Amino acid sequence: MAELFFWPALVGYGAYPLAGRWAVWGVRLGWLAQTALLIAQAARADGFPWSSWAGSLNLFVWLVVSAYLIWGCRARFRLLGLVVLPLAATLFVVARLGGGTSLGEHSRYSSVFLVAHVGLVLAAFAGFTLAAGLAAVYLFQERRLKRHDTAILRVPAPALETLDTLAARTIAVSLPALTLGIVVGVVRLRERGGGFDALMAFTVATWFAYGAYVALRWRYGWRGRRAAYFALASFVLVIVVRLALPVTHFS
Amino acid sequence: MKLSLVGISHRHAPVELRERVALDPEHAADLARVLAEGREAVVLSTCNRTELYVVGDDAEAVALDALRSLGGDEVAALAYRLADQAAALHLFRVAAGLDSLVPGEGEILGQVRDAHEAGAPGPLLNRLFHDALHAGKRARTQTTIGESPASVSSAGAALAQQVFGELDGRRVLVVGAGKVGELAARSLAARGAVVQAVANRTQEHGVELAQRVGARAVQLDDVSSALASVDVVVSCTSAPGFVIGTADVPPRRGRPLFFVDLAVPRDVDPAVNELDDCYVYDIDDLEAVVEATLVDRRREAERAEAIVAEEADRFRAWQASLDVVPTIASLRARAEEIRASELSKAKLSDEERRAVDSITTQILNKLLHLPTVRMKEAAAAADGVLYADAVRHLFGLEDSVQGGER
Repeated sequence: MAELFFWPALVGYGAYPLAGRWAVWGVRLGWLAQTALLIAQAARADGFPWSSWAGSLNLFVWLVVSAYLIWGCRARFRLLGLVVLPLAATLFVVARLGGGTSLGEHSRYSSVFLVAHVGLVLAAFAGFTLAAGLAAVYLFQERRLKRHDTAILRVPAPALETLDTLAARTIAVSLPALTLGIVVGVVRLRERGGGFDALMAFTVATWFAYGAYVALRWRYGWRGRRAAYFALASFVLVIVVRLALPVTHFS
Repeated sequence: MKLSLVGISHRHAPVELRERVALDPEHAADLARVLAEGREAVVLSTCNRTELYVVGDDAEAVALDALRSLGGDEVAALAYRLADQAAALHLFRVAAGLDSLVPGEGEILGQVRDAHEAGAPGPLLNRLFHDALHAGKRARTQTTIGESPASVSSAGAALAQQVFGELDGRRVLVVGAGKVGELAARSLAARGAVVQAVANRTQEHGVELAQRVGARAVQLDDVSSALASVDVVVSCTSAPGFVIGTADVPPRRGRPLFFVDLAVPRDVDPAVNELDDCYVYDIDDLEAVVEATLVDRRREAERAEAIVAEEADRFRAWQASLDVVPTIASLRARAEEIRASELSKAKLSDEERRAVDSITTQILNKLLHLPTVRMKEAAAAADGVLYADAVRHLFGLEDSVQGGER
């Protein structure tokens, strides 16, 4: 049954770069299919269904696409889709290979703390992913303007200032979510006991990186190219936290 | 009656000849009124074309004489002469911007509308211009033919929008008080930007332009300080060297500054483009952008041609249906005459008469509806005359139709 939802969702996300004017509809249908998958997982699970690494990746992809769809329906944001959707499709495949899209996953943990911790941290990371996509599009467009690309008006894209502002706002909204997620995690860690692992360390480092972004922007006026590079550099930490260090934390 | 078009345009005549027959709106309206004595007439005159649309039996000869009297035999010899469907299709293409120097340019639609309003149209030209305006609007809304910039100044404004998004409230500095710079500044102002300052070597000219665009005038030596508070710079001076160098640009701290350099030789040192947050486009860069977007315009022009052809077909069908209108009118009049006559013979109460009157009217309408539709369809397919002849013969309408012809 999980296959019934997985493939339409994957096709919807994966076909985005090829589907032309139907691209956004493909993503919408894909998002609906993945939503149905998540609902089915929640209905069949006897606990929090996304507590495994692969399961959380599945939820993370859904959050990224949900955040993208807030802007992605506009034609001008097609370039952002070209950055975000292939990444989402790839992570979705990884989630499936790890068993994160199967139904009836059992969880050893199920508590409001866990839901809040995972939900907030993943929502924040989804926001950072989108901000990285916006920063990447900013740098691409800025480079085209600097190099006097003659075809620049032929592909609709958001203005540089729009991209810069949206990236900053997305980070500004995501950072409090990460802060709360970390606080909830620390409280839970104190209650249950346990060590401070590498993933936790990198998550805190991620918080500092994005905190620095916000501070530099509002205190010292960092904008434009420098801010975009900073957002992309910070996103490396998100990738490390999401993909490179999860095994110990979730085991 | 025949629709005739006589005109010259940039496609066939050089500017030396076009300017001989170029008319301002007032004179174009006067000429239309003269041509319309016993006819219908509209005169469309822009910098690229002067076209006389006349409806009447002697329309072509009259229009050609008028053009000759304006521009001489040389102009008359180069004039194109089109009739009926060809003339209609031409006007539809003109309204859609497909016959313009830059395909899809938007100004022509307003010029066609103005010419129609100022002219002396009758039923045929009213319908023709109405349909042409509709075709022009459809071509613009259903294709992207008019979206890409058609000139370097509009390309400059479109590129500024790539940096800032909406230009509402963005501040512009104009360097140089010439016509080209003013046009570019106005193009930005049309998109919501505010011309904040005008810098010029000759203070007097700078003040004049500043007053025209609602800005303040500054000395050319003060450009550096003016740059601190603006978002876009339009420069077009006749200075032999750079007017703005890297040292003139204050640190932007993440606030973009966009330069539109229309001067030859260039006013803005290309090294400014290397500064953070600064983007410099000179005349060659802008022309290259316009050229690149022309590819899109031409592709969209093919789609617009299909729309125009569809609208021209519709007009042709309407015009053809006019041939059978007198026959249809006579048929309906004859039927109504018979109905009224028979009804008057019947001995009925008032209430009964009203009921029978209503029923017979409905019967008549239903009976004649299909023949009416079929005759109009046949007219559109060029069989209209045959059908009209048959109907006139079958119902004995010959006399009444002859009396009622257009």
